[in-house]
Amino acid sequence: MTPAATLPEEPVPYRADPVWRAHARAFFRSPAAGLGLVILVTVALVAALAPWITPQDPYDLASLDVMDGTQPPGSRSFAGLTYWLGTDAQGRDMLSAIVYGLRVSLVVSLSATLIAASVGSCIGVLAANAGGRLDAVLMRLVDLQLSFPAILIALVLLAAFGRGIDKVVIALVAVQWAYYARAIRAQALVERRREYMEAARALALPRTSLIFRHLLPNCLAPVIVVATMQVAHAIALEATLSFLGVGVPVTEPSLGLLIKNGYDYLLSGKYWISTFPGLALVAVIVAINLVGDRLRDVLNPRLSA
Amino acid sequence: MLTYLIQRFGQAVLTVAAMATLVFLGVYAIADPIDVLAAPDATPDERAQISRRLGLDQPLWMQFATFVWRALHGDLGRSFVYNEPAFTVILQRLPATLELAFTALFIAIALGLPLGLWAGLRAEKATDKAIMGGSILAFSLPNFWQGLMLVLIFSVTLGWLPAGGRGETVRVLGLDLGFLTLDGLRHLILPAVNLALFKLAVVIRLARAGTREAMLQDYVRFARAKGLRPARIVGVHVLKNILLPVVTVIGLEFGSMIAFAVVTETVFAWPGIGKLMIDSINRLDRPVIVAYLMLTVCLFVLINFVIDLIYAALDPRVRLAETDA
Repeated sequence: MTPAATLPEEPVPYRADPVWRAHARAFFRSPAAGLGLVILVTVALVAALAPWITPQDPYDLASLDVMDGTQPPGSRSFAGLTYWLGTDAQGRDMLSAIVYGLRVSLVVSLSATLIAASVGSCIGVLAANAGGRLDAVLMRLVDLQLSFPAILIALVLLAAFGRGIDKVVIALVAVQWAYYARAIRAQALVERRREYMEAARALALPRTSLIFRHLLPNCLAPVIVVATMQVAHAIALEATLSFLGVGVPVTEPSLGLLIKNGYDYLLSGKYWISTFPGLALVAVIVAINLVGDRLRDVLNPRLSA
Repeated sequence: MLTYLIQRFGQAVLTVAAMATLVFLGVYAIADPIDVLAAPDATPDERAQISRRLGLDQPLWMQFATFVWRALHGDLGRSFVYNEPAFTVILQRLPATLELAFTALFIAIALGLPLGLWAGLRAEKATDKAIMGGSILAFSLPNFWQGLMLVLIFSVTLGWLPAGGRGETVRVLGLDLGFLTLDGLRHLILPAVNLALFKLAVVIRLARAGTREAMLQDYVRFARAKGLRPARIVGVHVLKNILLPVVTVIGLEFGSMIAFAVVTETVFAWPGIGKLMIDSINRLDRPVIVAYLMLTVCLFVLINFVIDLIYAALDPRVRLAETDA
């Protein structure tokens, strides 16, 4: 293919598509999905504003008092602070710890999902476009990886890397890229035969522009659906790995690690150290699933049948 | 078929070899196990001695060559912690994990089939919605959290069942089995239910979908016209037809149960290979980590290989079914 140096980029301005408004209306027709979205937005705001809204900085050791250790919910500290959700063994306010934990959980799973979606989408669309041997090899790799359970792959990687936020992100990306690659490849195989692709090819646009400016944007609907579901998986997997003690480091505990830390106390009846982070985790996962289910129905009516 | 078999076998061996390299390089790149193994006040001399004894002073490629050579002879190295062959350490823990996995499998089928049937027969009614809602929760909530809630409810609050450990075991044919004693059984229930929950949801969904489909078939209408009791129609005609996909999927998922046992065993302090793996990661007991990963990888490759063969054998029928539809 000869690159056409003289052709300008197509001058189609992007306008807000009324389709999106229709999608939004369809989305809010389900009250459960609306509730899920409200929960998610609240949680995201709370996590983002953590340093300004928590009663205590849980990792500022100066503000902790061991005398306040393992206090039940609702008890008061000497300083007059009320521990609505109790304290852990170090006298840390659980409410603050949970908000900070949410932050870590969300940052880890969102960044992992974002990276996995980008990497997986690029690989999938390249495989669909290249076809032939490259496609076969890449898809065989995807099949192979998806035949192992996610937790096993994550364990292999984390046994190798050790603990760390960046390492958990890498492990989650390695686990998840294959789902995106598979979803987008299927879509791209359909889209590349469409007329607009033929037109773009007839204009002799450079190959990268063909793939990334024309093919890829039109394959994104399944990625959005897969991504919402995968965020929930990422949060659950991160929590599981941290619970097992191979995930995030002790200095930056996520919800999973908070649950692990409270587990020993659970057996002696001090339920709040484990239970409240667990409830936060469950609320987030259920909310994402509600939103994701609805998004799938709205964006892809074929799947919901 | 023979060409296919050889081809797939070659791929399986390649996969194992690739995973072995990955696992070795990965695991041997992590922190120095000497720090964990040697006493904090050990002299540099003593540290060097330990390092020499474990073969850690050799260059990495030499260690890899030794590892491959020994692995081919069935020797995956000696555990740093137990000072026994790593493979033996794993094999000692394997019966506990298998007992847990098989019990979980049994629970998933014994509870999942009737629940799925029931939901399928009452499609879109309240019972169906309740069962399906429960299965979504079992499906999407993290497994360890479910385990925690089981402990909180049944051990801490109600005090009915023990929260961890394996209880009393009996030795049968050289295997320590727990489900033959009352104490062992009491210890087995919660972890097995925990491990079963995820598969239970899968079985319920499969059975429900199968039942809904089967109830519309001609043979059900015909059985009804013949005047058979509803119990017989469901118990014999419908059940037989939904059993096949359920058994197939459950068979395929057995491997992932072994992998997920890591989580359940950690929650319930169950002395199986999953807990051993997590402990070994924390103690940097490399040979055991490698042995566990290699065992699990081989198990998976074996299961996938067998599935591929079965599918290949079934292929003509699958193709026929597709053209019919």
